[in-house]
Amino acid sequence: MNRSTKYIIDLIIVLTAKEMKVRYKNNVLGYLWSVLQPLSFAMVYFIAFKIVMRIEMENYTLFLITGMFPWQWFANSMNEASRLFIFNESIIKKVNFPRNALVIASICNDGIHFILSIPVIFLFFFIYGVPMSINLLWYIPLLLILQFVITYGGSLFIATVNLFFQDMARLVPIFITFLFFLTPIIYSSDMVPDKYKHLVSLNPIAPLMVSWRNLFLNGQVDIQNIFITLLYSIIFLIIAQLTYKKLVWKFAEVL
Amino acid sequence: MSPVIRCANVSKNFIMYHHFTGGIKNFLFHLPSAIRSMRSTRRTVLENVDFEIISGETVGIIGKNGAGKSTVLGLLAGVLLPSSGSVTVDGRVAPLLELGAGFHSLLSGRENIVLNGTLLGMLREEVNDKLEKIIEFSELEEFIDQPIRTYSSGMLARLGFSVAVNCNPDILLVDEVLAVGDDSFQKKCIKKMRWFKERGKTIVFVSHNIHEIKQVCDRVIWIEDKTIRMNDKSDKVLSQYEQNS
Repeated sequence: MNRSTKYIIDLIIVLTAKEMKVRYKNNVLGYLWSVLQPLSFAMVYFIAFKIVMRIEMENYTLFLITGMFPWQWFANSMNEASRLFIFNESIIKKVNFPRNALVIASICNDGIHFILSIPVIFLFFFIYGVPMSINLLWYIPLLLILQFVITYGGSLFIATVNLFFQDMARLVPIFITFLFFLTPIIYSSDMVPDKYKHLVSLNPIAPLMVSWRNLFLNGQVDIQNIFITLLYSIIFLIIAQLTYKKLVWKFAEVL
Repeated sequence: MSPVIRCANVSKNFIMYHHFTGGIKNFLFHLPSAIRSMRSTRRTVLENVDFEIISGETVGIIGKNGAGKSTVLGLLAGVLLPSSGSVTVDGRVAPLLELGAGFHSLLSGRENIVLNGTLLGMLREEVNDKLEKIIEFSELEEFIDQPIRTYSSGMLARLGFSVAVNCNPDILLVDEVLAVGDDSFQKKCIKKMRWFKERGKTIVFVSHNIHEIKQVCDRVIWIEDKTIRMNDKSDKVLSQYEQNS
């Protein structure tokens, strides 16, 4: 491995380690927060949809958390992305290091928290006495990689554009909330009325989230969903990379 | 000797980005005029700046606030691109960061050394090899495992300087960071810069402090009105500069 490849890897490791150390410093519950956050959202939706609105579904708890946990990774990374370069203004203006390492480190940080929360999902399955498939062993890494790539594309684009249009930082949380309710997470895809089904299929993140849930609940992954996600990932990656490449030299000027 | 830094006919103008930072709404509602004015309203910061720095030289850059000194450093550090002309830099550059830039206030001094050293271009193992040396030079042994939010500004400057000089750059860029350290540390920094010089390293030193520049620099570049007013031996330039201000 040559020096520059090694350097990029080291830089990402150091930046990720920094993010991880900083996030829950001075928090009593520390890492537990990365489980508590999606878990408490799941509880809110459980109260609203299962207890109050009485949705007809078996194991709605498992259904919710298998969607919420990966979603939180995606949503957190996207939300953090918008102000990422602004927070690191002082170093971007002075040091010439690959700026996208900041984006990668931020996604890795959230991703590691997600990975650490997977045992909690297992625990819930154990409590509910639902068996899990051996397929998880190889499908989890596959979905992790796909989600990393698609999140990287989205985050890099948002982070770059936000330097030039700071409204981005306001738009992103709204957009992410929309996306959340338009993605089959608190409901299942077949509950969507037929005439709107094609809209769900236009949602770039939906096939991935559906895959996560199918994987945990049925031990199966729909190959078509994988391909759609892959396609979106590549498209996002290309758009983001082109935007970034074109504008990266302006970063130090606009900050 | 061949120059390690060469600025050939460099001009730099900045687009006035307020059109963008005014938000999407303003930009879109006034699209044609926004684009037109974006093209015309550029602020020129440097014009036809032309100089070379030879390996092993210590060169000071002086000039009033806003004369373009920091832009020159930005160009040398490779974070800015010239609008025209070319900047060539051979060798690894370490910019000395302002007070704690690139540091995280919640992390300890030790953790920040690793973070900062990596940002400056070192591999992790290289930082770890030099860790003890960096700590020793900073004279912060007692506090090194405390979060740096408890550090004074002088201590931060010491930590930053220690990382930058010990990461073994070919070219050190110093941007008035020494002002905050106490006397003895300033002396130590000046000494370290001399040490650097003896080892044939190149230093570019931006400061308002004529006294400091006098102590280390062989040559001084005086920037005024977007361009080089004088580029000569330290004594000559500094005496002219003093008369002028």
